[in-house]
Amino acid sequence: MDTNFSPEDLAFRDQVRTFFQDEFTTELAARIATPTSHAVAIVEWQKILAKKGWIAPNWPVEHGGTGWSITQDYLFERERAAAGVPDVVPFGLKMVGQVIIAFGSDTQKQQFLPRIYNSDDWWCQGYSEPGAGSDLAALKTRAERHGDDYIVNGAKIWTTYAQYADWIFCLVRTDPTSKKQSGISFLLIDMKTPGITVNKIDSIDENHTLNEVVFDNVRVPVANRIGEENKGWTYAKVLLAHERTAIAEIAKSGHYLADLKAIAKEEISGGKALIEDTLIQHRFANIEIELMALEFTELRVLSSFAEGKGPGPESSLLKIKGTEVQQAIQQLRMDLAGYYSGVVTGELSNEQIGHAFGDRARREFMYGRAATIYGGSNEVQKNITAKAVLGL
Amino acid sequence: MNFNISEEQAMIKDSVARFVTDDYSFDKRKKNVAMEAGFNPANWQTFAELGWLSIPFPEALGGFGGSVVDTMVIMEEFGKGLVAEPYVATVLLFGGLLAHSGEGELQQQLIAKIIDGSLQGSFAYLERQSRFELSDVKSSAVPKGENYLLNGEKTVVFNGSAAEKIIISARTSGGQFDKNGISLFIVDADTDGLSRTDYRLMDGQRVANITLNNVAVSKSRLIGELHQGFSLIQSVVAETTRAICAEAVGIMQKLTETTVEYSKTREQFGTAIGKFQALQHRMVDMFIAGEQTRSLLYRAVCSANANSDDSEKDLLALKVMVGRAGTLIGGEAIQLHGGMGMTDELDVGHYVKRLMMINTTFGDADYNQVRFSKLLNR
Repeated sequence: MDTNFSPEDLAFRDQVRTFFQDEFTTELAARIATPTSHAVAIVEWQKILAKKGWIAPNWPVEHGGTGWSITQDYLFERERAAAGVPDVVPFGLKMVGQVIIAFGSDTQKQQFLPRIYNSDDWWCQGYSEPGAGSDLAALKTRAERHGDDYIVNGAKIWTTYAQYADWIFCLVRTDPTSKKQSGISFLLIDMKTPGITVNKIDSIDENHTLNEVVFDNVRVPVANRIGEENKGWTYAKVLLAHERTAIAEIAKSGHYLADLKAIAKEEISGGKALIEDTLIQHRFANIEIELMALEFTELRVLSSFAEGKGPGPESSLLKIKGTEVQQAIQQLRMDLAGYYSGVVTGELSNEQIGHAFGDRARREFMYGRAATIYGGSNEVQKNITAKAVLGL
Repeated sequence: MNFNISEEQAMIKDSVARFVTDDYSFDKRKKNVAMEAGFNPANWQTFAELGWLSIPFPEALGGFGGSVVDTMVIMEEFGKGLVAEPYVATVLLFGGLLAHSGEGELQQQLIAKIIDGSLQGSFAYLERQSRFELSDVKSSAVPKGENYLLNGEKTVVFNGSAAEKIIISARTSGGQFDKNGISLFIVDADTDGLSRTDYRLMDGQRVANITLNNVAVSKSRLIGELHQGFSLIQSVVAETTRAICAEAVGIMQKLTETTVEYSKTREQFGTAIGKFQALQHRMVDMFIAGEQTRSLLYRAVCSANANSDDSEKDLLALKVMVGRAGTLIGGEAIQLHGGMGMTDELDVGHYVKRLMMINTTFGDADYNQVRFSKLLNR
């Protein structure tokens, strides 16, 4: 047991660091951080990563994966976060891509994986429904077989970035007589298919992230089904575990915490920097300690991946603690901003408002409420852990 | 000992509650907040007609002569309805400073206008660097002939865009952090040299950043004693803090009720989610946090009413708990509503945002906890 890096590892780290320094420009970073230009800019960045061959490190090498060691994975993530580089949009690369690799047909792999790799298609996730949230297996969206097609009817909700999506991966009910987890299939649906409507959901962070996707007699080729009919839940579970691991965003939390320290050094109270306040120091320390533990929990999980074990129930732990730390950071960002934490900058400039951090604190805090709800609420993660880990 | 409100207070409470039920549905509230001023001027006239705008003012100034309890009763009901009209900025802060500064002609005249609903006011006390320190004042006022010349910048001025008159804290002597040497001036919003940038806070209220560039204010517009503005600020901020804490208690009750109601109707895993013990316990924690806050509210109101030596300590304890319990209740209310809690369409997020803004107003829980500790250990 050790955490030493070999000279090769350090050389790799330097290579990654230089790459991010050179390619992730402040101009690009600014466009990615702006809600209105986010979608276009993040795709632009992902294409740069794809060209370098670093867009999907965990994919099998034959599909473009890097074949890195777990140490290299770790170093890459650490450098990425330190450089303030956002994670890739997960729906294609980290979610449906993994399912297609594991369970897709050769035709599906050829059709979808290169386009996912190159960020040519934007994917979204059709899991939750108005009546199926935490109880996902209660989903009702119906797919009826008509020859070589399914006819899909129903509605998906909380669909992140459906407004940009070219494709949606959906859990649908193909056997209405069987209950719950059985009778569900996993379909890939082209968003341009007639009968699909995307309705915007206004959310408390005032950005357009969430949508409702309605299916009205949508015709989907049976060839777009992953694996066997009525076995979709098995594939979905694999994806959910990947999603949970991705949601934890531990490296990003480390970077954000450093960012908050910079604010705490700059902002003053009674003529002294906030960071000099013992109470503020304790707030930082509490988060820092949780995060230190979490970094190693993640490494332990990653090393079990390296031994060929897929993400299992321990991904719930990462999701729970990862999102708790995120929310603690968001709360601290609000508290550091004080009176400015509620500011809606809108059309004004940061100069007119007097600072840049208030509006961001508000948006991140409000959107951050979703992290303990999506990807299976933290309550559901605790149920999973109780059952699958503790055997209760 | 008696924690009941009087018959008269019950009537005020009922009248505000009726207004909220009949005229302040969540949809109407949204429309009110979207108006230019950030509130509905017609509602303000209703408040005037119902006498609510006169309640905290002494009879000598034409007011109702209400007590701390009367204000508490109104504010709690405002909280339940998430009322956006600027009662805090115009009546409690602006009007409060005027009322505490004397009973002269200026006070008589302006308070009469507040009471009849024809004057919107504001109190500009924050500066970019001041955070929660009310005595951190860099803006300056220098005498010149019959006037003072005001220079500086004020930020996040509540009701700053609709206000026709603004009370501004400025330094007339001493250093940046000195409590001594702060004076208060009442300035017309359209005075030469005063410019405003207005924007919105997440709870819907409209605020402004105000720049003062050689703004000439007549010496007759000094409120209270020269250099001695800070004690006036302290008493009015204390009263207003109690009031917004009452508002917070109303919001907490509403959020807990809404969450409990939702948990009874939302079904997952074949049953109402309110049947799950893990969630029941969390809603019980919300309820307890709300009740504990209400207890500290009553405690602070009683000691203020009795002018007791404990009133500062009681108020600090209340403000700390409003922040802590508000974070718990707000967070849980969204979480237990699941995805629905993320929607702007549901009122929950809007109540949570107001609770969060109340936490930062006049110092957040951390800040006031330090003050509380210092007071206890001095």
